[in-house]
Amino acid sequence: MSSFLFQALNGLSAASGLFFVAAGLSLIFGVTRIVNIAHGSLYMVGTYIAYSFATVVGGMLGFWGGIIATAIIVGIIGAVIEVLLLRRIYRAPELFQLLATFALVLVINDATLWLWGPEDLLGPRAPGLRGAVEVLGRQLPTYDLFLIFIGPAVLIVLHFALARTRFGRLVRAATQDREMVSALGVNQAVLFTAVFALGSFLSGLGGALQVAREPANLAMDLTVIGDAFVVVVVGGMGSITGAYLAAVLIAEVKALCIAIGVVDFGGFSVNFSKMTLVAEFLVMAVVLIARPYGLLGREQGAVRSVAEPEEPIRPATRGLKLAGVTVLAVLIYMPLIAQDSPYVLVLGVDVLIAVLFAASLHFIMGPGGMHSFGHAAYFGLGAYGTALLVKWLAAPMLLGLAAAPLLALLGALLFGWFAVRLSGVYLAMLTLAFAQIVWAAVFQWEGLTGGSNGVVGVWPTAPFDTRETFYLLTLALAVIGVLLLRRFLFAPFGYAMRAGRDSPLRAEAIGIDVKRVHWLAFAIAGAVCGVGGGIFAFAKGSISPETIGVGRSIDGLVMVLLGGIQTLTGPIVGASVYATLQDTIMRQTEFWRAMLGGIILLLVLAFPSGIVGALAKFAPRRKDQP
Amino acid sequence: MITTRQFLQIAFAGVCTVAFAQSASAQGTIKIGELNSYKMQPQFLDPYKKGWEMAIDEVNAKGGVLGKKLEVISRDDGGNPGDAVRAAEELVTREGVSMIAGTFLSHIGLAVTNFAGQKKVFFLAAEPLTDKITWQNGNNYTFRLRASTYMQVAMLIPAAVAAKKKRWALVYPNFEYGQSAAENFKTLLKKAQPDVEFVTEQAPPLTKVDAGAVVQALDDAKPDAIFNVLFGADLSKFVREGNTRGLFKNRTVVSLLTGEPEYLDPLKDESPVGWIVTGYPWDKITTPEHKAFVAAYQKKFNDYPRLGSIVGYVTFKSLAAGIAKAGSTDTDKLIAAFKGLKVDSPFGPFVYRASDHQATMGAYVGKIALQGGKGVMVDFKYVDGASVLPSDAEVKKLRPAP
Repeated sequence: MSSFLFQALNGLSAASGLFFVAAGLSLIFGVTRIVNIAHGSLYMVGTYIAYSFATVVGGMLGFWGGIIATAIIVGIIGAVIEVLLLRRIYRAPELFQLLATFALVLVINDATLWLWGPEDLLGPRAPGLRGAVEVLGRQLPTYDLFLIFIGPAVLIVLHFALARTRFGRLVRAATQDREMVSALGVNQAVLFTAVFALGSFLSGLGGALQVAREPANLAMDLTVIGDAFVVVVVGGMGSITGAYLAAVLIAEVKALCIAIGVVDFGGFSVNFSKMTLVAEFLVMAVVLIARPYGLLGREQGAVRSVAEPEEPIRPATRGLKLAGVTVLAVLIYMPLIAQDSPYVLVLGVDVLIAVLFAASLHFIMGPGGMHSFGHAAYFGLGAYGTALLVKWLAAPMLLGLAAAPLLALLGALLFGWFAVRLSGVYLAMLTLAFAQIVWAAVFQWEGLTGGSNGVVGVWPTAPFDTRETFYLLTLALAVIGVLLLRRFLFAPFGYAMRAGRDSPLRAEAIGIDVKRVHWLAFAIAGAVCGVGGGIFAFAKGSISPETIGVGRSIDGLVMVLLGGIQTLTGPIVGASVYATLQDTIMRQTEFWRAMLGGIILLLVLAFPSGIVGALAKFAPRRKDQP
Repeated sequence: MITTRQFLQIAFAGVCTVAFAQSASAQGTIKIGELNSYKMQPQFLDPYKKGWEMAIDEVNAKGGVLGKKLEVISRDDGGNPGDAVRAAEELVTREGVSMIAGTFLSHIGLAVTNFAGQKKVFFLAAEPLTDKITWQNGNNYTFRLRASTYMQVAMLIPAAVAAKKKRWALVYPNFEYGQSAAENFKTLLKKAQPDVEFVTEQAPPLTKVDAGAVVQALDDAKPDAIFNVLFGADLSKFVREGNTRGLFKNRTVVSLLTGEPEYLDPLKDESPVGWIVTGYPWDKITTPEHKAFVAAYQKKFNDYPRLGSIVGYVTFKSLAAGIAKAGSTDTDKLIAAFKGLKVDSPFGPFVYRASDHQATMGAYVGKIALQGGKGVMVDFKYVDGASVLPSDAEVKKLRPAP
């Protein structure tokens, strides 16, 4: 028993670390509605800067003074990011800022590598708190004890700052209704900058405090951002106290899993410590299903869009259809055109897979208005469905491919049923939780899926075993998939879906079952995405958990936003541009991440409504068009 | 509005421009394709890259191989198998390389191994440790340099047995490398010491170890000894918490890879004294071939070598030796040449076994001590890979029929 109590203390000290970074994220999201993926990068930079202070200056001052200085520096970095970058794109369509922060993640990671080098940097122990005290007959590091108290202390300070000061009132008001705040004459620009700086300050503080516990390393940014999002959502967006409760809940669940360790169930042993892989996402799924706005969250006030209203979508004109057929012909003849450089076809397959992924994601994100952060789940179900059928049942290739959309469809039906009951960022995070659960299942179920190594040896068979035929097969499936999605959008189903997005109440009033329509949309998008996964498995000859991780979901979001979420061709262009860019840049330079991030930043600033969105503004528009 | 297909066209125009722009390649060179997770694992692969650059410079300074200079075309594999296979295809189809080498993580190594078998390309896996590359999923086209998980574990078994401890606890990262290291350890130790008891196992997710809780759970199980497979940032966290909480006091700890400078150096004064580890005591090896290597490396890069430097260097030295022995870059001739190929390395000579294509390059086993505020390996000895590998007949049963 005492060991469980002691593990609860460990959980509390871990929770404090999580709380700082989550609190900052929650504040920023609450006020600015920016999904700040770069928040983890600020945390990482915090650890690096604090390491430099602690080792270069050294001693009491270098360590403790360094932590304060680091938090201030990171806060300033945050303010600079807000002023130079984000302020320019607040009027872009919803979620577009995510693209900018994604680019920042890439740039900051490479900048950190360049400044501090590749080696892990373990800071010194905290001066004054080097040892351990005896609690419950065990050794508890004094630094952990310090962390257990500093978390709630900062929570109380923040709570009073938000409750009692004018700044706090403005923050709370803006979280509830930022248009109203701005209408009342509050300078929004200053408020946003201040909140961004405060959020970054907290993140930097959290990172700096870790310097005595873990080495500064380049993987911290992505490791921490996932956890932070989970904490924020479980606690309820915008609620600082909720964030602390959630951090404690998650840290305690993990500590409990570790404390239980290996348990024998009559000869069948389960290692609970392996559950820590997915514990937070299980907690999040359960909390969101039971309490759709998190533990202490409230329903979000409607954000009246600050972006320009979206144009209705229009079917292609006859001239454009003709042009389209011509292009398709060129694509079909590509194997002949590209005879001397077969790599075009290899890359072509990858681009077409990306197109399927992005187009299906856009189907629910754009016209459906449901932002999915876990689209990789359906890609993964398709890929694994195909690969396992081929591997275990020696199914022929086409049968394996046929299984891809089916399995993805089933998964999307199941997850979608829960997801469409939520909205906004909660929906997004629930999809992410499901995707992580799929990922973890694939990762853990070693007997079936090959665990972290994945399934290898899934190659296309005749007649698709040449580059040309496989390319043509992929092209055919991609064209069918994209046209199918388009067909749905121009059918009554598509209109009903958009009606449900734009005005759920009115749509319900005229007899549309909005949830049902959105649920089916989820399923359709999942199935089309699954096809992409199936092709992927054959194209690479293998599939492993990494391929279906968070990274792929984020890549999908980037593609859709890059192309332009408000247009139908946007995701296709975005996917093509992004996939090609990545392939090209990875070859060009050692610091390819920074370069890719830099290019995305330029695109973000140049085309704040996506590439196609920007082009469409210049295109001449006929008034007599339907 | 612009149609779907118009944009496909634009996209493909982009693709074509990129793809048709063939890189100008020097005539009369032998092109070797290399791919690795440079951005994902910089602490190991940065020195690795320096290592192979040095090998290529040395070979080319002596006039190259078969009268031609070696040219390496290196790619980042993006840290995932999908991009890695694409990079490999690009190297083969566009750059026209005659062989590929590299990879770090097990699953990427496996995916490329499988690719090599399917497309009949010669592949020398440099670093990935999984046993499957040379055994269960091995194929005719793939060789591997680095001592596998099984070999690394087997090198530590004699020390584990000699410690005469009964209650063992295991801690390993929850992915293939950690799992198979733990499995191998349990099997091998049980065989050598039948009364052994495994009291607990902790398998935290890679890069996300909750060090405090894990250390406590291990301590609560009251083991006599601990087998550790954590590495990198996880290791640093684990060691600091373990030291602070007194986990390692009066306990034998046997640990994989911890003596490699990549993982030991960041620990500095926190280095866990007395751990029995595999690793690379670069500043204490006194063989002439190693001293020459270190001198050349330090002169060239003004930095000391890590294990990655050795792996990179020996990988490309092996390729040069293989091409010279084959007298050609023809894939079948290369495979024939690599079977039983003898290579001189800074660790001394070793061979690529014909039976399972595994190199017998070994590793150093020793104890960690603190000297001048940093961790070093002492009482170490070189364990030849050949001495811990199963016999040809045994591995034949493990490999799929050719």
